[in-house]
Amino acid sequence: MAYRILIIDDSPTMRQLLVFALKRLNGVEVAEASDGVDGYKKLTSGKFDLIVADINMPVMDGLKLVSIIRGNPAYKDIPIVMVTTEGGKEDREKALSLGANAYITKPIQAPHVLSVVKELLKIT
Amino acid sequence: MVDEKNIFSRAEEFLQLFKKGADFTQELLKENERLRFKVVQLEEEKRLVSVSGAGSSGKLAAELNKRIQTLEQEMQKLLQRHREVEAENKDFANRYIEIEQENNNLANLYVASFQLHSTLDFKEVLQIIQEIIINLIGGEIFGVLLLDEKTNELTAVATEGVDKEEIPLIKIGVGIIGGVAKSGENYFIDEIKPFEKFNPLSPIVCIPLKIKEHVIGVIAIYKLLQQKPKFSELDYELFTLLAGHAATAIFSSKLYSESERKLSTIQGFINLLTK
Repeated sequence: MAYRILIIDDSPTMRQLLVFALKRLNGVEVAEASDGVDGYKKLTSGKFDLIVADINMPVMDGLKLVSIIRGNPAYKDIPIVMVTTEGGKEDREKALSLGANAYITKPIQAPHVLSVVKELLKIT
Repeated sequence: MVDEKNIFSRAEEFLQLFKKGADFTQELLKENERLRFKVVQLEEEKRLVSVSGAGSSGKLAAELNKRIQTLEQEMQKLLQRHREVEAENKDFANRYIEIEQENNNLANLYVASFQLHSTLDFKEVLQIIQEIIINLIGGEIFGVLLLDEKTNELTAVATEGVDKEEIPLIKIGVGIIGGVAKSGENYFIDEIKPFEKFNPLSPIVCIPLKIKEHVIGVIAIYKLLQQKPKFSELDYELFTLLAGHAATAIFSSKLYSESERKLSTIQGFINLLTK
């Protein structure tokens, strides 16, 4: 089964790092978006199994994006992983309370990202 | 007379009876003798059977003991092999983790160098250097300073967490940053203490940007992200990579920008002449 993952981050370096990490999972296809608005457009124009999103982004930040996604019944169950530089407890709690499923702080470790994604997609 | 006859007749009867009793007793004695012989025979047989039976079971027990010993030895060998295989498995698992980590580090280094050389735009190169420091190293406050070879001063051209203006011009050879620019050697603080106040002259890390031995600037990191308490092995590799690749990328993009500008000027001049 092929899984489609949408990466939303304004940093091309970060996106490429995540693409590199996620493509190590068999049968995973990755799409990229550079901010919240671009990400939401891509989400509504395709079918995705998981979203990996940054918090600090131009145009629309990751927290706003999460609340919009969760406000749409069509996407209420899609897993969202926040990947951010914000390491504070409050930031984490806020993201999770808005509907994010996991919270990973930068700098990322690919094995950690993979284990979180595998768990959310139930890949054994 | 009759009485005498009766007495004789009765005596004869008694005698016959006695004889019969004696014969019967003889038969009984014979039978008794035969039975006693039979009992002795049976007891002897029984003894012989028990003796021969004990011998075979003893042999069997010896064989079984030998077999048990062999099996125990085999079991010990198998246990030893199992321990060896377990140790090998553990070793493989550790090796797998190391390779996984190494693979991850190589991927990070590849992405970093790929990104650094993906553009000839000076601003983009600086942006990529900043992204690498934030996303791969975990820097929160830092600056990229370039050396002006005419004035021998380092100027902040890109910063994160502070304004460029907060980092003053730094003379080569002066302080930590100036010293790194002069020596071309990396600087790492001995112990990262909790961040209190931004001091532009006291970075926790300062990496020279070098093309071969020629220093063109430095990267000064003042604070790491709160979730990043110390540097990892990868960070030191990234510092080395940044020292070389970032310098080349900056230098190339600057040259390219200058040549583009000169080309544009020359083109304008030619256009003016040919009009």
